[in-house]
Amino acid sequence: MKITEKEVEYVAKLARLYVSDEEKEKLTKDMSAIIEFADTLSKIDTDGVAPAAHAIPVQNVFREDVVKDSYKRDDILKNAPEKEAGCFSVPKVVE
Amino acid sequence: MNYEAVIGIEVHAELSTDTKIYCSCANKFGGEINTHCCPVCTGMPGTLPVLNGKVVDYAIKAGLAMNCDINKNSKQDRKNYFYPDLPKAYQISQFDLPLCKDGYIDITVDGEKKRIGVTRIHIEEDAGKLMHDVTPDSSLIDYNRCGVPLIEIVSEPDMRSAKEAEEYLNTLKAILQYINVSDCKMQEGSLRCDVNVSVRPVGQKEYGVRSEMKNVSTFSGVLRGIDYEINRHIEILEAGGVVEQETRRWDDGKGISVSLRSKEDAHDYRYFPEPDLMPIIIADEKIEKLKNELPELPHIKRDRYMEQYGLPEYDATQLTTLKATADFFELVIAAGASPKAASNWIMGDIWRIMNEKYMLIEDLPFSAKQLADMIALIDSGTISNTAAKQVIENMFETAKDPAVIIEDLGLKQVNDESEILSIIDTVIEQNPKSIEDFKGGKGNVAGFLIGQVMRMSKGKANPQTVNKLINEKLAKL
Ligand SMILES: [Zn+2]
Repeated sequence: MKITEKEVEYVAKLARLYVSDEEKEKLTKDMSAIIEFADTLSKIDTDGVAPAAHAIPVQNVFREDVVKDSYKRDDILKNAPEKEAGCFSVPKVVE
Repeated sequence: MNYEAVIGIEVHAELSTDTKIYCSCANKFGGEINTHCCPVCTGMPGTLPVLNGKVVDYAIKAGLAMNCDINKNSKQDRKNYFYPDLPKAYQISQFDLPLCKDGYIDITVDGEKKRIGVTRIHIEEDAGKLMHDVTPDSSLIDYNRCGVPLIEIVSEPDMRSAKEAEEYLNTLKAILQYINVSDCKMQEGSLRCDVNVSVRPVGQKEYGVRSEMKNVSTFSGVLRGIDYEINRHIEILEAGGVVEQETRRWDDGKGISVSLRSKEDAHDYRYFPEPDLMPIIIADEKIEKLKNELPELPHIKRDRYMEQYGLPEYDATQLTTLKATADFFELVIAAGASPKAASNWIMGDIWRIMNEKYMLIEDLPFSAKQLADMIALIDSGTISNTAAKQVIENMFETAKDPAVIIEDLGLKQVNDESEILSIIDTVIEQNPKSIEDFKGGKGNVAGFLIGQVMRMSKGKANPQTVNKLINEKLAKL
């Protein structure tokens, strides 16, 4: 399957990425190659094989519902690019 | 033209677990800003979510209570979108393998039963809380709510009016409270609704174009929003226009819905399996165990109250809406009271006083046994109904046994005929005009005299006896 430049633009927009025309051209080639590689998988006969979301046979990994200490507010805010009044601060978003 | 509305509702209910869905931070409303947070729930790179086992149990319980099939093979997926209340830029949810599917909830509207399909119930994480009005140029975020476990309950488009939607939501809320998986406190945002509305000419099979109102946080908002949307759609169609498929926001203050996103911005969530979380495999034994833990559900209880106790539908519905009320009512009956008397006292004076005091039934200062005792004292003629009202008021204040209150306040009913007769004689002596009136065939003299006797006895005379004796007396005149 070939990827078009339009599709690269669409994916970039969804990912909030700016890509230059040069990058777009390169990405179109790269993504096509990746998708084509994945296409080879579809040649495998999967009749009678149940679809799986994971490759390793591990399931039901659960945690007990027991409260542990959260981080101190100052610590959790250490990674915030901007903070104000004990909050993470971001450019104004209004729906 | 006559139109018919088609309504479907997605309910997001916060689960009342102790911890969040993927980390051990407390799941608690009202904490100091950003104090129930850790690297997992603030989406720091390199952290690993681990699913809270209780979330799975609670979701399955909700599914079983809503007659769903349980997916024995389930998984979690990433739903990708950018909004700062979601620090990872994706929400962990469930896409094609929700924990529960194909269920239903039975509702009763105007005495008619109707079955509303439940398409699916899945688990997901809640987002943080954005504040837009604190600072002029930025939005502030509190991530305490981020990662709080939710179930999303998606209905089929089976409802045809706001009234049906109301019944659906009331029933759903009652079920969630009964099975104790969500406290359903709307004022704390524990229950939020997305409402899909479309209209079509009566008789048309195909659905009309729908609009979706997101995140409506009160039931009254849902109902007013539905009526608003139905009218808006009909107006557009009547004017020859076309309804746009779009997301709208319900503005409760103004009583209108406003468009949020245009079509070209249609969301592409690019769901894919969450690589950090392993599949959920549900064993039959687990389903059986959770099924056995379910209590008698509200609508079944309601039907039983009507059948077993002979209560009217209204009483039965009111008493079973909250489990705590039903539990209290059943204890009163178990302590010997008649169901109708218990129902009348609970739904009458007790609810009235509770409302005045902003009190929940769990907080009643007296016990079910004490209420049953009081009803027994009425039945035995020890106190009149009027006096009992005073006893109840006093039980709210003092929590004393009714027998003690009756003694304290001297409310014991006078049943002794000679005692009552002497009061009647006094009353007649003091009201010679009423006897003349009676002889002249004027007015309701008996009623007047009974009132006077009751008054003179300070409400303690047995009204039936007073009634009987006065009528006997007048007949002899
Ligand atoms: Zn956390």
